[in-house]
Amino acid sequence: MLRTLISRTGQTLLVLLAVSAIAFVTFRYVGDPVQLMVREDASFAEKERLREQLGLNQPVYVQYGRFISRVVCGDLGISYRNQRPVRDMLTERLPATLELVFVATVLALGIGIPLGIYSAIRRDGALARLLQLLSLIGMSTPAFVVGILLILVFSVHLKLLPSFGRGETVQVGWWSTGLLTASGWRSIILPAISLALYQLTLIMRLVRSEMIDVLSTDYIRYARARGLPRPYIHFKLALRNALMPAITVTGLQIGSLIAFAIVTETVFQWPGMGLLFIQAVTFVDLSVMAAYLLLVGLIFVIINIVVDILYVMLDPRLRGSAA
Amino acid sequence: MIRRGLLIGALAALMLAGTQAKSETLRWSSVGDVATLDPAAHNETFTNNLHLHVYDSLVRRDRNMKIEPALATSWERIGADRWRFKLRRGVTFHEGEPFNADDVVASVARMLDPGSRGAGNFPSIARAEKFDDFTVDLVLKGPYPLLLNDLCWLSIMSKPWMEKHDSLKPGNIAKNVTTYASTHANGTGPFIVESYQPDSKTVFVSNKKWWDKPTHNLTRIEFRPIKSDATRVAALLSGELDLVAPAPLQDLDRISATQGFKVVQEPSFRLIFLGLNWRPELLAMPGQKNPLLDLKVRQGLWHAIDIETIQKRIMRGKAKATGTLVAPQIAGYDPKLSVPYGYDPEKAKKLLSDAGFAKGFKIDLNCSNDRFIADEQLCVAIGSMWAKVGVEANVKTETRAAFFPRVDRGETDAYLYGWANLPAMDSISVISVVLASRKDAYGGNNPNGLSNARIDEIARAAAVELDEDKRIKLLQEALKIARDQVSIIPLHLQPVAWAMRSNLDVPQFPDEYVRLWFANLKK
Repeated sequence: MLRTLISRTGQTLLVLLAVSAIAFVTFRYVGDPVQLMVREDASFAEKERLREQLGLNQPVYVQYGRFISRVVCGDLGISYRNQRPVRDMLTERLPATLELVFVATVLALGIGIPLGIYSAIRRDGALARLLQLLSLIGMSTPAFVVGILLILVFSVHLKLLPSFGRGETVQVGWWSTGLLTASGWRSIILPAISLALYQLTLIMRLVRSEMIDVLSTDYIRYARARGLPRPYIHFKLALRNALMPAITVTGLQIGSLIAFAIVTETVFQWPGMGLLFIQAVTFVDLSVMAAYLLLVGLIFVIINIVVDILYVMLDPRLRGSAA
Repeated sequence: MIRRGLLIGALAALMLAGTQAKSETLRWSSVGDVATLDPAAHNETFTNNLHLHVYDSLVRRDRNMKIEPALATSWERIGADRWRFKLRRGVTFHEGEPFNADDVVASVARMLDPGSRGAGNFPSIARAEKFDDFTVDLVLKGPYPLLLNDLCWLSIMSKPWMEKHDSLKPGNIAKNVTTYASTHANGTGPFIVESYQPDSKTVFVSNKKWWDKPTHNLTRIEFRPIKSDATRVAALLSGELDLVAPAPLQDLDRISATQGFKVVQEPSFRLIFLGLNWRPELLAMPGQKNPLLDLKVRQGLWHAIDIETIQKRIMRGKAKATGTLVAPQIAGYDPKLSVPYGYDPEKAKKLLSDAGFAKGFKIDLNCSNDRFIADEQLCVAIGSMWAKVGVEANVKTETRAAFFPRVDRGETDAYLYGWANLPAMDSISVISVVLASRKDAYGGNNPNGLSNARIDEIARAAAVELDEDKRIKLLQEALKIARDQVSIIPLHLQPVAWAMRSNLDVPQFPDEYVRLWFANLKK
């Protein structure tokens, strides 16, 4: 176990180095930050002076080297646009994104797994077929369309839920949470649904097909023949085996949820990291973009490690070969 | 019984108080958030706009865009390069510090600091000198007619406050320095910043001790930026906002058709025009002579544009077609120049064939797709209009972060651009930055070799001409040359549109600034 963790940490560092290097190479195609920082009628000399101050006239590898050496010291730099420390800006936004992703994941699992089980057990029922159809629609509708539809129905027409923002937040240490106020919960419903929808349908379909596979295996048939109670067979024997892939996918999907949150956060003006990143791209705020990509890369890697560990815990067969 | 009566009375009072407070809170949304609260740390029009609610300047624009006294009560020029300002007495900052000449001197020094992003907006000022507690001299680098125009945007901060928070100098990214002032504000203006949460909410409360008599009835402003157009409009219609400024053009009809909401719009200062390539060769036709160097070709391209159809179909009748480069309210505007070259494809073809291009030619046409109203559609339309007279335009659209550097590098043959003559609101801006040839501080936005000796001369002469009549004549002469020579092809003044609840009354300004100290919410 320990050896796995150490080798994983090494891999993590390599991945992060690669992510940030690729980011730096692509930055030059995003646009010219200087152009957006100076006033419209700035002279050529003014722009060059700023470029030099920011070190943007140096070759990419020099800029990258400086970035890495700063990051190693825990300094993520200062935002070009807002002139605030990027670390402050990210820690301000991180709770919003993580809470949104958390609620979306709970929704996806809490609804997706039961629906998947149901449609596996009653797979020829009318409701199960309808669910299959709906899940196809859910998977193929882009997140921003879902978001706008939800806003139109629940905010504009029914006037039930807020169309944007996070509601009232409460500060718990450095963490600002919206999960302790009524308006915070009202605000998170629509974005969480819109973010969860794809994952929900994915989990549902996955659980369904895995359950169907497991239910047709010999040991289940034998259990039935023995006359064991149905709930025991379905939930104790079948589900546990069917859940393995679902957990892998959910784990890996949390990473993509954080990435997908960019779209949802933009539609709902959810003040998380995704919105910060989109604004940064608009203004070619390189220091924010670099820090965001690094952080998301880090989160992805951590999730992968956690999923691996969970795997070992769930599946006794893997325990022996874990190292 | 009495107790119950009291209770009901208290409840009623409470509810009344609740509704009253609510009706005077204005919830306003815009597409982007304020970049920073530090007046010297940015260069954005919108950020500047928001700051005007908190920070006063020495002078300001009144409801008719005329310059009027603000923190300065009077001024006089006491030499070619020295102006003397008498300051208003009895003014206090939001946190209680009394206002005096030291604040002005410190604010000017801070704005002109090499680390300041805003320094470029005040090219003429050398320094401020205290004469006495309520008199300040501004020392200029030379004669300069537009000092007051510039001063409208110079926010006055409190010196003791800056000292207390170690913010006498602005933040500097190059040196990894940030300041307290980027997330806190302390001005003398009509509103006080109560809280600032980036990208989510900035709350202002009315400044009860403002030196001026308020004409607004707001007690509180909640500013909520919303990036997505659809969400911003939905939030207005669902009753979560009172004002959306600017409002997306494609939703205006829907909003004004909804009961309880209205749309206010008028042409802004921002001219949309086509810039041209004046170098020996076009990028689309390397190795051949640049057809655009022939005046007849440029006239032909202008005559080939069906501006009426563009106004009707693309701008939905909200923009104002123009033949000159500045809006009517801008100093230097000449009504004689304001009619565009008419749409006349036959004449266009004849001009092109007279110039030797009867078979037409190829040209690149570059546009942004996220900066100006309907920029992409405009380019596609102009491309097809030019095709009808035989000019094959290769239309390329891209995001503004890529488009503006391309234009600046001169990698275009024709490009769609905008110019508002802000913040000075004077023709000298377009003349010295867009029309004058690129040299020294001139021609910053003239990347493609446009050059006219007389315009260069005027740009330099008008910049130091202190006789206002003579100065206006010079500006008008330059604008006439630009039109006669088709230096650039003006299209229209793009509209500014705001959507709001019907019970809100707020004047609109062509500089697109939202000035909520003129706003009134009716019951």
